[in-house]
Amino acid sequence: MRIALLATCLADAVTPHVARATVRLLERLGHRVTFPREQACCGQMHINSGYPDQAVPLIRNHVAAFADADLVVAPSASCAGSVRHQHATVARAEGQHALAEEAERLAGRTYELSELLVDVLGVIDVGAYYPHRVTYHPTCHSLRMLRVGQRPLTLLRHVRGLELVELPSAEECCGFGGTFAVKNAATSGAILSDKIEAILATGAGACAAADASCLLHIGGGLSRAGADVRTVHLAEILASTASDTDGDAEGTDTR
Amino acid sequence: MSSTFLGMPGTAGSGNLRGDRPFPEAAAGALGDEQLRRNLAHATGTIRAKRATVVGELDDWEQLRDAGSAIKIDAMARLPELLERLEREVTTRGGVVHWARDADEANRIVTRLVTDTGQREVVKVKSMATQEIGLNEALEAAGITATETDLAELIVQLDDDRPSHILVPAIHRNRQEIAEIFRTRMRDAQGRVPGGIDNLTDDPAALAEAARRYLREKFLSTRVAVSGANFAVAETGTLCVVESEGNGRMCVTLPDTLITVMGIEKVIPSWRDLEVFLQLLPRSSTGERMNPYTSLWTGVHAASASGPAGSGETGGDTDGPREFHLVLLDNGRTAALSDPVGRPALHCIRCSACLNACPVYSRTGGHAYGSTYPGPIGAILSPLLTGISGPDDPNASLPFASTLCGACYDVCPVKIDIPSILVHLRGRAMREGRRGERAVMRLLAWVLSSARRFGAAERLMPVGRLLARDGRIRRLPPPLSGWTDHRDLPAPPRRSFRRLWARRRAR
Repeated sequence: MRIALLATCLADAVTPHVARATVRLLERLGHRVTFPREQACCGQMHINSGYPDQAVPLIRNHVAAFADADLVVAPSASCAGSVRHQHATVARAEGQHALAEEAERLAGRTYELSELLVDVLGVIDVGAYYPHRVTYHPTCHSLRMLRVGQRPLTLLRHVRGLELVELPSAEECCGFGGTFAVKNAATSGAILSDKIEAILATGAGACAAADASCLLHIGGGLSRAGADVRTVHLAEILASTASDTDGDAEGTDTR
Repeated sequence: MSSTFLGMPGTAGSGNLRGDRPFPEAAAGALGDEQLRRNLAHATGTIRAKRATVVGELDDWEQLRDAGSAIKIDAMARLPELLERLEREVTTRGGVVHWARDADEANRIVTRLVTDTGQREVVKVKSMATQEIGLNEALEAAGITATETDLAELIVQLDDDRPSHILVPAIHRNRQEIAEIFRTRMRDAQGRVPGGIDNLTDDPAALAEAARRYLREKFLSTRVAVSGANFAVAETGTLCVVESEGNGRMCVTLPDTLITVMGIEKVIPSWRDLEVFLQLLPRSSTGERMNPYTSLWTGVHAASASGPAGSGETGGDTDGPREFHLVLLDNGRTAALSDPVGRPALHCIRCSACLNACPVYSRTGGHAYGSTYPGPIGAILSPLLTGISGPDDPNASLPFASTLCGACYDVCPVKIDIPSILVHLRGRAMREGRRGERAVMRLLAWVLSSARRFGAAERLMPVGRLLARDGRIRRLPPPLSGWTDHRDLPAPPRRSFRRLWARRRAR
């Protein structure tokens, strides 16, 4: 199948290893991945920060960039969620009715990674090998906006060598919330410290999630706490195979 | 969501709907108080677990939520008709209906009604509407003493404090603190700690006993009561209060005069609708299948005119007030109704499930929100009722006091999409927002709306590596210091994915 990658501006600029892992995984499963080069940012930050008017050109650019794509995958529940649940609403509220209709059609072809794998491609065992003790943080937008439910956990349970340990109070937010982390930094930090405590209590060597943004936040907290736990995106785990030397994939070293 | 024209962008809500500082500033104190954070985490965690258990028992919970939401949408769409029906039914049954545009008008009406009885004391049923308008302070200014009879409200009142939770107003206090408040502040008519308990301990039973003695004296001697209402059934003019302690029942049955202050959004069409909410509310609020006391009253009891209420004289029904006044309060509700996106905030039945579920509320507590209505619902309701006057309005900060995690929406018994309304109100707040921030966001929008410009910006990012040591950035200048105050940032990569992809294609 031909699948267009919505890399997300964050993964593109800050965590390219997540986008690379997504490509590697889908190609290994026999699909053709494209990267529509006109993509930039979905506009979620502007929408959620109270600038829906300024988000319109971002939505327009996004809709145009993916106009030819039959199927779009994002390694981010948050960005897929914005495309699916916000774009058309914002465009309509700003009086851009034609754009809203196009956005609605694109929303119907846009999937978060675990949704694409389980629902569209019908695969739960991607043939991955990741010999580590991992705990999984279900991000808020995967859980409560896209309702991906057990899909990521089902995929992880089929990864060879992976020991999945349950995260206490897993469904509670990590405190990121986009600009919330800066505007309400102290509250965000307080929520984060409880999440870090929960992660450390699992004894896992890695904390996985479906959103690079939340992982950046959690990873920043783990790093500040001096914890010997790393963060890893779901795509990175699923892209790993036994042929990778240490279970980490070639693309992850981008520093 | 209906975009039908409803309501009028009229009188803004006043009273206790706005704090004096923006949320981040107001939250700082609570975040630094370890004891408070432990109290809050324990209390919210306990109620959350109880709620989840009893909600899980019902197979038709989602259908009940849909029904609750549908009833409220219908009621809001024909509010004028329902309120006039309510007025007619209440009046027919001997009650008197008053209409109050805002907090001041409501306070004036209630103060006059109490003054007309010649009494200087009132007992109060726990009520959010009267907290909202600051009724106790208004009565005090007129020389009338109001006594809160809900245990937690009483604790807060004795301590000259403010409630911090819709359902559990003293959630920020532990029992040692409560014992201290009782010892130093609670006095009976003889000026003693009630019941002569000198060495009041923090034993919950002893605390409850002291409160019981204190309140009983008030119930038996006070002739006027003030209540709020959880629901008003338009078809019969019936008011409803649900509670746990029975103090509300005492207030609505013992005194001669009952004055009920109710937000206009509390009206529901019929008794059949009440059935839905009496299932939704207790499970969502206290995590109980049914609340211990549901009081319903309709007008006044004609027969009770034969003898003073509660006097025990024969000759008819002596329960219930001889005089009943219903004050219908707008205070910004009509303005909220005129916002088609924000409108569902008026569906709220004050269960407070969203407070307990909220990662922000459970860390900061309620006082940080400034308003009578804290938590996620307060973060939308307060600015909707008051309007947002400009960037320095403390209520402009409330829609940003959320991570948009969606936990509030999931637990809401009437399915208010709080995250979407928060995002909508952020837009309203920023329309009146700061020019500097708007300009920065505009620049970012320009960069982020084009692959060419974004790609060019990405090429500059590796410069950020100069700030990093051992692959991480530990300190950034404001406003990004908000991030690095609490967490590290990884050094930016040498190459963006976009460039890696272009190279791969070139190979």
